[in-house]
Amino acid sequence: MKQKSGFIDTAMFYLLIPMVFAALYFVFIWSPVEKFMGAPQKIFYFHVSCAWVAFLAFFTVGYYSVRTLIKPNIKFHIHAGISAEIGVLFTTITLLTGMIWGKSSWNTWWTWEPRLATTLILWFIYVAYLFVRRMEGSWEKIAKLSAVFGIIGVINVPIVFMAIRWWNTKLHPVVFGDGKNQDGGGIEPPMLFTLLFCIFTITLLYAYLMRKGIEIEKMRHAVKKAKNKAINRLAG
Amino acid sequence: MKELVHMLELKNLTKILGDKVILRNVSLSLDRGESLAVVGPNGAGKSTFFKCTVGLLRPTSGEVYLDGELISKNSMSVKQKIGFLGHESYLYSTLTPLENLKFYGKLYKIKEADKKSAELLKEVGLHLFRDMPVRSFSRGMVQRLSIARVLLAEPEILMLDEPHTGLDVEAAYLLNRILKEKQRRGTAILMISHDFEQVQELADRVAVLSKGKIADTMAIRQGSNLEALKEWYEKAVKGA
Amino acid sequence: MKAIISDAWTIAGKDLGNEWKNKQTIGMMVIFSSLVILVFSFAFDPTNNMVKAVIPGLIWLITIFSGLLGLNRSFLSEQENDSITGLRSAPIDPSSIYLGKVMANCTMVAAVQIISIPVLFLLFDYRFMGEFLWFLLVLAAGTLGFIIVGTFLAALAVNAKNSEMLLPVLLLPLLSPLMIAAVQATRIILENADIQDAMSWIQLMAAYDLLFLAACFFLFEFIMEGS
Repeated sequence: MKQKSGFIDTAMFYLLIPMVFAALYFVFIWSPVEKFMGAPQKIFYFHVSCAWVAFLAFFTVGYYSVRTLIKPNIKFHIHAGISAEIGVLFTTITLLTGMIWGKSSWNTWWTWEPRLATTLILWFIYVAYLFVRRMEGSWEKIAKLSAVFGIIGVINVPIVFMAIRWWNTKLHPVVFGDGKNQDGGGIEPPMLFTLLFCIFTITLLYAYLMRKGIEIEKMRHAVKKAKNKAINRLAG
Repeated sequence: MKELVHMLELKNLTKILGDKVILRNVSLSLDRGESLAVVGPNGAGKSTFFKCTVGLLRPTSGEVYLDGELISKNSMSVKQKIGFLGHESYLYSTLTPLENLKFYGKLYKIKEADKKSAELLKEVGLHLFRDMPVRSFSRGMVQRLSIARVLLAEPEILMLDEPHTGLDVEAAYLLNRILKEKQRRGTAILMISHDFEQVQELADRVAVLSKGKIADTMAIRQGSNLEALKEWYEKAVKGA
Repeated sequence: MKAIISDAWTIAGKDLGNEWKNKQTIGMMVIFSSLVILVFSFAFDPTNNMVKAVIPGLIWLITIFSGLLGLNRSFLSEQENDSITGLRSAPIDPSSIYLGKVMANCTMVAAVQIISIPVLFLLFDYRFMGEFLWFLLVLAAGTLGFIIVGTFLAALAVNAKNSEMLLPVLLLPLLSPLMIAAVQATRIILENADIQDAMSWIQLMAAYDLLFLAACFFLFEFIMEGS
C-alpha cells in the first residue's frame, strides 16, 4: 500500500515537471498575442486556472464536510483541511493575478467584477474556516464544527456570486467581461488549447499538493499519537 | 416479561476520544429499585461513561438500553426518564430558584409545575430563598437546588455525578433520605462517587471503573465493613 | 413540530425575561449603536448633503455591530454553570434551542433598531419619505437573515476560547450577499424610487433567509452533539 501510493506520487511529480514547462511554453511563446490587450493578457491563463482550482478546492472542502458529518472519520477531516489550505493559496494567486490584469487592462487595481469579488469573499470564508479548525478540543469536535461551517460556506458561495452580479449590473450596466474571454468575440483555437492545457496542469498540481499535504498531515498525527503514548507511559 | 427488562443496560460500551481509548468494553446492568455506585480513580473515564449513558455523547461502539429502548440521539422519551445530576448545576444564576425550576418544568412538560416546584423547594429546604437569584447561593445551596431540579421530572432512573460534593452533613443526610425514598418507590439509581461512606450508605452494588474498564463489582450488604470496602477497592484498582 | 415551537418559546421566554429583569445586554447594544452613529457623524459631516447617500448603509452597519454584541452573549450566557448541557439532556429537540435563541435575538435586535434608527435619522437630520411598510419589510427580512446565520455561528463560535473575536470573522463573509441586498433595497425605498426595482432584492433576501434557516435548523444538532 505504502509503495503504491509512493509510486503514484513519483509518477505525478515527473509528469508535472514537463507539463509545467510545456504550459509556460504554450502561454508565452506558442499562443498568439491578444490584439487589444497585448502581452499582459497572458496572465489570464494562470488567472483562470487558479480561479478554477480555488473554487474546485472549496467544493472539495464542502464534499468532505458532508462526508465527515455523515460518518466522522479523521481521513475526511484531514482531506477537507488540506484542501482548504491549498484553496487559500490559489485564491490568493487568483486575487493577485486578477489585480495585475485589472491594472493593465482597466488601469485600476480593483473592480467589483462579480467573479473577482466573489473570489475575495471566498478568501475570507476560507480563512474563517481555517480559524474554526484551529480551535482547541478533540479532533471529533473540531471535525464536526468545521464541517458544519464548511457546508454553510459552500451554500453561500453561489449566492454571493449572484448578489454581486446583480449589484454590479445595477451600478454600471456594461461590465467588461473577464474570465471566459467574452470580450474578444470568439476565442482563437490556440488560445483555447493553451487555456485548457493550463487548467489541466494546475488541476494536476492541486491533486499532487493535496496528496502530499494529506501525507504530511497523517505523519503529524502519527507523531502526535506516538508522543502521547510515550508521555502516558512515562506518567505511569 | 416486563421483569426481564433491565432499567439500564450497557453492552460492550467503547468510547474513543481523539487517540485515547476512554472506555473499553464496559458492560453493566441496573434494575428498578436498585442502586449502583461507580467508583474509580481520577481519569478513569467516569464522566465520559456517564455522558455516554445519558446520551450526551455517542459511544464509538456498543449499545446502551434504557428500559429496553436503545439510546440514540434525540430520543425524547428516553431523556424524559433520566434525571441527570452533573458536575455543574445547569442552573441560571440570574434567575431565582423558583424560576429555574419552572423553566425546566416547562421543558420536561410537567403538569402543575408551579405547585410541584414549591413543594420540592420545601423538601430540599430552600423555600425561604425562592425569590433570591441563584447567583448569591453557596455551593451547598446550589447543590440542593440542582437536586430539586433533577427530581422535578420524576425520573425513572437517577444518574448522579458525585452528588455529595459541597454538601454538609445535614444536607448529605437529607439527600440520602430522599434517594432512599425514591429507591423504595422503584427508581433506579446510578451514581459516581469518591465518598466511600456515602457509597456504603446508599449503594446495593459497587463497580470499580479503572483505566476504562470495569475492574470488579461487589454487592454491599447492610452493616458491612468500610475498611473492607476500601481494601477491596485498592486491590481492584491495582489489579486492573 | 408543535413541540419544537413551544419549547423554543419557553427558551426564548427565559432569555427575554432574564433580559427584561437586568436589561444589560439591550442597554449595551443601544448605547453601542448610538456611539457608532456618533463616530460616523464625526467621520462624515452630517450637514453635507452627500452624506444622505450613506444612510442606508449606516442603518445596516449599526444593526450588525450592535447585533454582534447580543449574539456573542446569547450562547456565552448558557456556558455559565454549563446550562447548555442541562438543555441538551432535557427531552427537547436540539433545533428548538436554536429556534428559541433566534426568536430571542431577533426580538432584542428589533428592540435596539426601534431606538437606534430614529436616532440615526435625527442626528443626520434625515427626513423619511419612503413607504413605511416596505421599509419595515426590508428591515425585517434583512434582520431575520442576519440573526438566522448569526445565532447559528454564535453557537459554533462559543466552543472556542476567543469566541467574541471569532464570531465576526465567521459571520461577516457569510453575510455579504444579504447585506448587499439589504442595503440596495433600503436605498431604493428611502429614495422613494420604483418599488419594482427593490423587488428582486427582497426576493433575494427571502431566498437567503429560507435557505439558511433550513440549513441551520438541520445542522444545529451537529453543533450541539459535542464530543
